[in-house]
Amino acid sequence: MADLNPISAWRRFLALPNENRFKTVAIAFIVSAVCALMVSGATVVLRPIQAANRAAEQQARLEALVAGIPGMTQLLEQSGGALSTVVINLPKGRAADDITPETLPAALDNAANWKTLTPGEDTAGIGRRPDFVQIYLLRNDAGDIELALLPISGAGYVGPINGILALNGDMNTIAGLAITDQVETPGLGGRIEEPAFLAQFAGTEVADPSGNIRFAVAHGKAGNAYEVDGITGATRTSNALTRTIRFWLGPDGYGPLIAAIKRGEF
Amino acid sequence: MAKPISLWTTLTEPLIRQNPVTLQILGICSALAVTTSVATAVTMSASLTVVIVLSALLVSLIRRHIPDSIRLIVQIVIVASLVIVIDQFLQAYFFDISKRLSVFVSLITTNCLVLGRTESFSRNNPPLPSMVDALGNGLGYSLVLIVIGSLRELFGTGKLLGYQLFATTDQGGWFEPLNLMLLAPSAFFLIGGLVWAIRSVLPEQVEAAEFTPPDTEEAGR
Repeated sequence: MADLNPISAWRRFLALPNENRFKTVAIAFIVSAVCALMVSGATVVLRPIQAANRAAEQQARLEALVAGIPGMTQLLEQSGGALSTVVINLPKGRAADDITPETLPAALDNAANWKTLTPGEDTAGIGRRPDFVQIYLLRNDAGDIELALLPISGAGYVGPINGILALNGDMNTIAGLAITDQVETPGLGGRIEEPAFLAQFAGTEVADPSGNIRFAVAHGKAGNAYEVDGITGATRTSNALTRTIRFWLGPDGYGPLIAAIKRGEF
Repeated sequence: MAKPISLWTTLTEPLIRQNPVTLQILGICSALAVTTSVATAVTMSASLTVVIVLSALLVSLIRRHIPDSIRLIVQIVIVASLVIVIDQFLQAYFFDISKRLSVFVSLITTNCLVLGRTESFSRNNPPLPSMVDALGNGLGYSLVLIVIGSLRELFGTGKLLGYQLFATTDQGGWFEPLNLMLLAPSAFFLIGGLVWAIRSVLPEQVEAAEFTPPDTEEAGR
């Protein structure tokens, strides 16, 4: 009769020679299981704190972005010191009717509110795109939009790049760019976070008069009003940034919204 | 049974005499990258020390049951898991510093120092000596990082731990910051200088020449 006592079975297992094939596989499995538990435990327990850190970071980047654009601080003070937060319906290019910033996370949990992009459309490399996005607007006394802060995201060389693109009221001049999240190679692609690189975006135009989006991170020096200087040694990151910004300004990104704002319908 | 080496020796030997960075030239890559300021150097040192001590404990606990054929995989899995846990912890509680350390915390996994100690010491010794040995090596690494970090921060920015010690010229003082100190090559020079200094004091660390040049008649003599 086989001994079913788990303790003596465990002892017998440990007493097996280390070269035993069964013991090798079992030890590998046990070590991996214990390590997996340790890693997932730490990730799950610490995730809320990390999310709060990232939200605070994003808020700080947003404030720094607005503070860095000339004239915006005064405008912000006039409007009561707060940016107006709007959830927009991306494909329709107008404010979402029944979704507020509070209900947005719940709405984004629903896969029906995401659009799966075909490889041809997906120039930013994000796979799918939410239908509802929370943006920030700053209006002057007359109620005209002076500044729109549009969150963007795309696949960089190493991992995702998230940022906030600020467009002036004409919806064609970039007022600034803030990178909120990136994991590019430190010292190369990672330099997209540096103030000297980001400062170039202010005043860069997005589309030519006929409406073609011409914005690009140049290879080397910027050649025209639609380009910013690239980073040497970070071609893939620069290209990713170009494609990401073009995607989000295009028809699958904020294109409908930008058109609506230009028509004065927003 | 041979007389075991005392725990105190195990702990203090790696600080200077057997320092992993200056004697064995291990863990140089992270020492070059994270020593631009004392804060990052201290965080990196603490992370590495925690990882190396815990991995020494875990590897040493199961040392009799690690099959030889998969021992490196088992060790790396343990080290890598600990590194992920530490990385998550830093991202939660030391968010700013964790961003400045960027990939280097994850790279503790491949730090030769950690693997070297688990492979050479913890695999063959009971938990307590293993942990003491790991702690000693972690502290030896920390010592080098903090010395280099202090020198670089002090001469690169005139600050130490964020406090302005030397008034820089653009603040109306006398100190012209040495920008070179904030670049990776300066750490290379500093570590080189440190190795030279230690080997001048402790000549027994000087490695034997790998070959002796043949004794030939010099032309024109």
